[in-house]
Amino acid sequence: MTGEKIIFLIIAGVTLFSGFMVVTSSNLVHAALWLVAALFGVAMVFALLNAGFIAVVQVVVYIGAIAILFIFAIMLTRREQLDHGVQVNKNWWVGALVAVASFAGLVFLLQSFNGFSKTALAIPSGFDAVNQLGDALTSPAGYVLPFEVASVLLLAALVGAVYLAFNKK
Amino acid sequence: MNFWSDPLKVAADWLTGILVGWGMNAVVAHILLAFLGILMLASILMVLDIFLVWLERKVVARFQDRLGPNRVGPFGLIQPFADIIKLLIKEDTTPDGADRVVYNIAPLLSMMSVLILWAIVPLAPVLLGVDLNSGALFLIAAGAIGTLSIIMAGWASNNKFSVIGAFRQVAVMVSFEIPMLAVLLIPTIFAGSMGMNTIIQKQDIWYFLLSPLGALIFLIAAIAELGRAPFDLAEGESELVAGYNTEYSGMKFGMFYAGELLHAFTFGGFWAILFFGGYRFFGLEKVSPFLSIAIILFKALIGYWIIMWIKYTMMRIRIDQMLAFNWKFLTPIAFVLVMVTALMNALLRDASSWLYITGMILSNIILGWVSLEIARLVSKKERERVEGLKQPALSKAEGVVEAHH
Repeated sequence: MTGEKIIFLIIAGVTLFSGFMVVTSSNLVHAALWLVAALFGVAMVFALLNAGFIAVVQVVVYIGAIAILFIFAIMLTRREQLDHGVQVNKNWWVGALVAVASFAGLVFLLQSFNGFSKTALAIPSGFDAVNQLGDALTSPAGYVLPFEVASVLLLAALVGAVYLAFNKK
Repeated sequence: MNFWSDPLKVAADWLTGILVGWGMNAVVAHILLAFLGILMLASILMVLDIFLVWLERKVVARFQDRLGPNRVGPFGLIQPFADIIKLLIKEDTTPDGADRVVYNIAPLLSMMSVLILWAIVPLAPVLLGVDLNSGALFLIAAGAIGTLSIIMAGWASNNKFSVIGAFRQVAVMVSFEIPMLAVLLIPTIFAGSMGMNTIIQKQDIWYFLLSPLGALIFLIAAIAELGRAPFDLAEGESELVAGYNTEYSGMKFGMFYAGELLHAFTFGGFWAILFFGGYRFFGLEKVSPFLSIAIILFKALIGYWIIMWIKYTMMRIRIDQMLAFNWKFLTPIAFVLVMVTALMNALLRDASSWLYITGMILSNIILGWVSLEIARLVSKKERERVEGLKQPALSKAEGVVEAHH
């Protein structure tokens, strides 16, 4: 077992535990903070995969914006941050069934995947992942159309939000 | 390769040699040395932080026509150590109903969000933690951790003042992240990279000369991120006691306080790196890495001094003024400036360097002038509106007075 594998296992364990705590903790702010921990874990997995840019974006977008927004929403909308009562409703077994079935499906699919035993190719020196990503997102041969469509979609959502919140005098 | 031209590598090689000589695995020795390096950088920064406390108190005293600490040791230099001993032996209080774990993690995260920034600060061409190719974004990501620490501190204290202070501070930080992120793209456009070391190495002319407006917006956004005056509405003493750190005592408060000072110094450093050439100064950086460290620390101190100058000169603004200033003024300018800079860069890329510099400066000056004119027009209209609302009420009051006569 290499050092990288050990680090990966630790990070994956922490991420999974945090994810579990998100759905089980009864204090909503705690749930949001556990979510932050889980998102950090994902960022670290990206960093382990040599995707430093994606890892930093993960922290900026998910922790800097989305998690903070969650915490704000919880604090502003609820007087009592504790959730009393049971955590599951009567359909819990359906959810569990779906989860187990998807996990089994993933395991089944990954049976035919032979990448586990391969060693990763060495990254050539002078390789700049950020440049490659930028080229891919803006070159017509790459993903410029999906990128622009996604941007327009986000802009439409922004305009819609402003319209909804706008106070007509 | 001698010690004076690359001290870090020489020291690391020497230590690795010793450790491997003792029979340690080379990989383990490498990891151990990496940890040692991090520990060393963090400790040096903490010690520097102690002197920043002294410096800040001395400088603020001068701005306010006082002497500052001058009793303990020469020039009061021992004063910060006395302060630290006081902070350490103070009673460590936790308010009733506080969320203990979150309450205790918050100061650590606050300090961490500052220290982590130094991972990407190049102290010299060969002396840097990591040359991350997304350094500019890393700056914002570390700020996100700082935001999180403040909201945790405010919420976990179980105190209304703390929560309101945290809300205000987070509102400031989240708002000013946007112009800062936009302005960080300007050095990126010039250098063609987001890595801090590349930005410095490509900076044959200071980017301050190419984009003075960008440097100014970065400074304003940095001051707001720090929560310093005029954006210190989060700690408004007369309304909120001390804001999000009201309930903290002893060294936990000290962590917030020291974190803020080091953060200001760090932003001074980033201002120097992004717009004033970092460790470069007329080729002096090529002489020795130690000289480079001195240069970047000196530039960072000048940036820190300017931040202090603004803090102790300006008055605190209200939250609605802060939000209007950011969203209606600073953010649009920052975005327009990025677009103009990108356009000018594309147009003048192949032109001579004099034309390039002139074009950049002119576009900055014109943009700054136009935005100030628009702001002047808008505020004139607003002033007339407010005075128009006041006028009838005034004349009515006068009429009442005359009727009495």
